[in-house]
Amino acid sequence: MFNGVGITGYGTYVPRMRIKIEEIARVWGKDGASLSKSLNIKEKTVAAYDEDSCTLAVEAARVACRNVDASKIGAVFVGSESPPYAVKPSSTVVAEALGSTPNMTAADLEFACKAGTAGIQSALAMVACGMIESGLAIGSDTAQGRPNDVLEFSSGSGAGAILVGKEKVIALVEATYSFSTDTPDFWRRSHAEFPKHAGRFTGKPAYFKHVAGAANRLFQELGTKAEDYDYAVFHQPNGQFPLKVGEQLGFEKEKVLPGMVTPLIGNTYSGATMIALCAVLDVAKPGQRILAVSYGSGAGSDAFSLSVTDEIENARQPVPVFEQIKDKEYVDYALYVKHRRKLKSL
Amino acid sequence: MRKVSIVGAGMTRFGEHWETSFRDLIVEAGVKALTDAQMPGQDVQAIFGGCMASSRFIAQEHIGSLIADQVGLKPIPSTRCEAACASGGVALHSGWLAIASGRYDVVVVGGVEKMTEIGTSRAALALGGAGDQEWELFNGASFPSIYALMACRHMHDYGTTEEQMASCAVKNHANAVNNEYAQYRKKITIEQVMNSGYVASPLKLFDCSPLTDGAAAVVLCASEKARKYSDAPVEIFSTSQASGTLSLASRSSFTSIDATRVAARDAFDHARLTPKDVDVAEVHDCFTIAEIMAIEDLGFFKKGEGGKVSEEGRTALNAEISVNTSGGLKACGHPVGATGVKQAVEITWQLRGEAGKRQVNGAEIGLTHNVGGSGGTAVVNLYKRGD
Amino acid sequence: MKDALPLIWRRSKERYRLLGNRCQSCNQAYYPSRKICSKCRRASKLVPEEMPKKGKVISFTQVFSAPEGFENEAPYFLALIELDNGVIILSQIVDSPSERIVIGAPVKMVFRRVFEDGSQGAIAYGFKFKVE
Repeated sequence: MFNGVGITGYGTYVPRMRIKIEEIARVWGKDGASLSKSLNIKEKTVAAYDEDSCTLAVEAARVACRNVDASKIGAVFVGSESPPYAVKPSSTVVAEALGSTPNMTAADLEFACKAGTAGIQSALAMVACGMIESGLAIGSDTAQGRPNDVLEFSSGSGAGAILVGKEKVIALVEATYSFSTDTPDFWRRSHAEFPKHAGRFTGKPAYFKHVAGAANRLFQELGTKAEDYDYAVFHQPNGQFPLKVGEQLGFEKEKVLPGMVTPLIGNTYSGATMIALCAVLDVAKPGQRILAVSYGSGAGSDAFSLSVTDEIENARQPVPVFEQIKDKEYVDYALYVKHRRKLKSL
Repeated sequence: MRKVSIVGAGMTRFGEHWETSFRDLIVEAGVKALTDAQMPGQDVQAIFGGCMASSRFIAQEHIGSLIADQVGLKPIPSTRCEAACASGGVALHSGWLAIASGRYDVVVVGGVEKMTEIGTSRAALALGGAGDQEWELFNGASFPSIYALMACRHMHDYGTTEEQMASCAVKNHANAVNNEYAQYRKKITIEQVMNSGYVASPLKLFDCSPLTDGAAAVVLCASEKARKYSDAPVEIFSTSQASGTLSLASRSSFTSIDATRVAARDAFDHARLTPKDVDVAEVHDCFTIAEIMAIEDLGFFKKGEGGKVSEEGRTALNAEISVNTSGGLKACGHPVGATGVKQAVEITWQLRGEAGKRQVNGAEIGLTHNVGGSGGTAVVNLYKRGD
Repeated sequence: MKDALPLIWRRSKERYRLLGNRCQSCNQAYYPSRKICSKCRRASKLVPEEMPKKGKVISFTQVFSAPEGFENEAPYFLALIELDNGVIILSQIVDSPSERIVIGAPVKMVFRRVFEDGSQGAIAYGFKFKVE
């Protein structure tokens, strides 16, 4: 499909502060232990007062592009549903921070939690057609959740960046297929501060239908099946859904677990699939194959079939995702609301 | 060059002047200085006024004209001098040059600041303008934090302690008890300083000079005509002004202020004196660490010994050298634009023997040291009793 | 700095990636960049150069009483940092346990919000540092 185009670099950023699900539950009088178990999320990341989805994106981008000539990056896409500005791109900030400006294009993308992978698809197509040499796609969010809503127990902060190009490819993109419908399972209205969601409607007709839809379409088009892949990465709104959809698609749990970051950092929305894919790139061996499927409410999924090359050994990020996650400092709910600016009187 | 003497000196009380405006403060100081000189206003030929941040504190520019108008001396030339906290010192230096050059015979030098019209955090922002706005203040550096960075390094390099820094504040408060113009006329203890809470570690609230309203003025006259106005003129027999970098990060040293060292060396060389000859000094103690660095950089003590000698009391009233008999910026108060002029007022009183209970016995030679920002500007002057 | 948008914009490259310059005549590096070299003056030949993103703490303070605009971040750490090429800069230190912020501590650059003009105004981004 892409004639040698693929991933040439990757990087992630995870904020240092953590809050335990049990601490949030304490404030709202809920049973933290059982909530944590049912979501399969132990704790979530908390971006600092001076961080936002744009700074997270820059950090991930700096890692992904650390060894390349920034002026060769012809496109930067930042996918997020928590941009610091409603109008004014984060992607230009990222491009300026990398040193890629001004002979390039940049755009901010929004498709709930799959805006990051939408950026990968755009960059792939632009590289494949010869429009640019190299393109960068980032998924980044300081994920919002209304106080006491179930999303508050799952929404974390983080960013993943994927650099796409033709030179020194670390994972060839064999194909990518999407599956999209108009499905109102989760949304945030203009000017609203927090998203709303349709409860259990976000499951079967939304997440599961679209993730499986995109994966099955990709299997069909490529003639592949679950056994052909060494790793499976799925969007992770919580720690249960990806395991469940993996099982439905015929993947052993061991193929899904290497990318399971949400139990430790929460759902980083646009960052989730990107960070999970990066976690797999941290460990994947040359010759191995990866299936990655994102999900964005509203709704759609992008599925990717990747084949890891020998170059991977030269391009792994300096600190693997699960090592980054180990550097942490716990905060209580009061500090969490201060840092996430949930105090309305400020 | 002609010799220049102070023939009149006056100042307002330093402190919070809720009932008095900026313009009335400077008028009060100017009138006191002229009255002290027994000089009719029409003899004044020019005004130099030190003021740092009137635009930030009272939203007023064009201070030179304002002063000339309010004291009833228009149309004589009136010039505002700005060099952050050294504005007063630079005004004095400029007034001195104007007379020494022969252009004028009599000049009034004033300094004024009205800092309490705005809140503390906005005042902190205004004072931060003394540093590098683009690269220090923009990154969250406050004025105390700039000096705190110097204090931290001084402690690291020379073993200076927080208690030693505190001893400067204790000594200056003790001096201020006997100064009716001082903002804080009460003794404090080392323990009180140590418990006063960090502003920017290791500096605590009582290591810092306060926000102050106040004004000071001196009447400068060509020494050859000084006796016409004063029985005890005080000659400014050496004055030197030097520049350093605006930003702290660009300095070659963080435990010393280059501009102070250059200005001091130049002033002493010009006067053919050494630091040992100085009996009484008003030094720029915007923070206690600033006094420690000042007494080192001025050559009174060896580099690194400033903390130790302060703790030993060697800078107290009538000790080895009497430093900040007025109470310094710490206890007398620090209306930034006025400070450099107030220092000259205090030294004038000391050399005339009019300092009352804080009088330095047999004071012959006085020194003032005024710093702008964290060392972007320094002015050092030497004074003696006039002929 | 509320109304200084062009100034913030003009310096953004320098803040985003520590872009300074170096005098080709005497080899002195500058951050922030200078129009002329302080040593060579009119003989200076300045060319842009990115500074290293790592260095070490040479002095630090914890700011408790913050100037306007920084109140909500207090207490925060400020430090003088000597970059690996010898250039010294002043920066906030974030994301670091306080016991590790000491003279000599190795630090690396991070990208953060540096200043914002209230909740409606522009956001200025730039460098801060963290202990490695």
